[in-house]
Amino acid sequence: MKNPLESLPTTVVMGVVLTVIMVLVAQGIGS
Amino acid sequence: MMIDDPFLLHLVRWLHVVSGVMWIGLLWYLNFVQVPTMPKIPDELKPAIGKHIAPAVLFWFRWGAASTVLFGLILAWMNGYLGDALAIGLNGGGATTAMLGIAMWFGLIMAFNVWFVIWPNQKIALGIVDAPAEKKPGSARTAMLFSRTNTLLSIPMLYGMVAAQNPPF
Repeated sequence: MKNPLESLPTTVVMGVVLTVIMVLVAQGIGS
Repeated sequence: MMIDDPFLLHLVRWLHVVSGVMWIGLLWYLNFVQVPTMPKIPDELKPAIGKHIAPAVLFWFRWGAASTVLFGLILAWMNGYLGDALAIGLNGGGATTAMLGIAMWFGLIMAFNVWFVIWPNQKIALGIVDAPAEKKPGSARTAMLFSRTNTLLSIPMLYGMVAAQNPPF
């Protein structure tokens, strides 16, 4: 199976998804 | 510890941001421009990238990473939130500190990758150090994948850094 990091668009999408997760985790810690 | 001299704070933050632009700018140049363009470059021109451009990029890239982390840690220490941020807000400080802390850890992981994975492997791939020829493709691939990992992490890292100044909540 191809490593998803070999695709630049997939890398960017994963980065955006991780950003959303980070915001939710930060909100959870802060509340 | 808290140093609240406005001039020193603005100076250190400016140095942190300028260093970060150097680092992430070159990271994105590598991932968005150089790596995707390499297959389209005629073979006789490729040494110009490998022997001249890439080593210069990697010089400014790794020292940009080092100074970004150095000034970032100094800035957080001066502001008195270094410990709370590194504990991702679990000791207090709220959602903003938690987000800044997660972003700081992403940045620290990225800087570690630059100095201890990408740079040593690029030295082998580019022939800056002596290594058997058969090691070069593996080193180049490792460097590329960790560079991509850093590109992935740079997105939440930059969001967290900016959002800590202008929180969305």
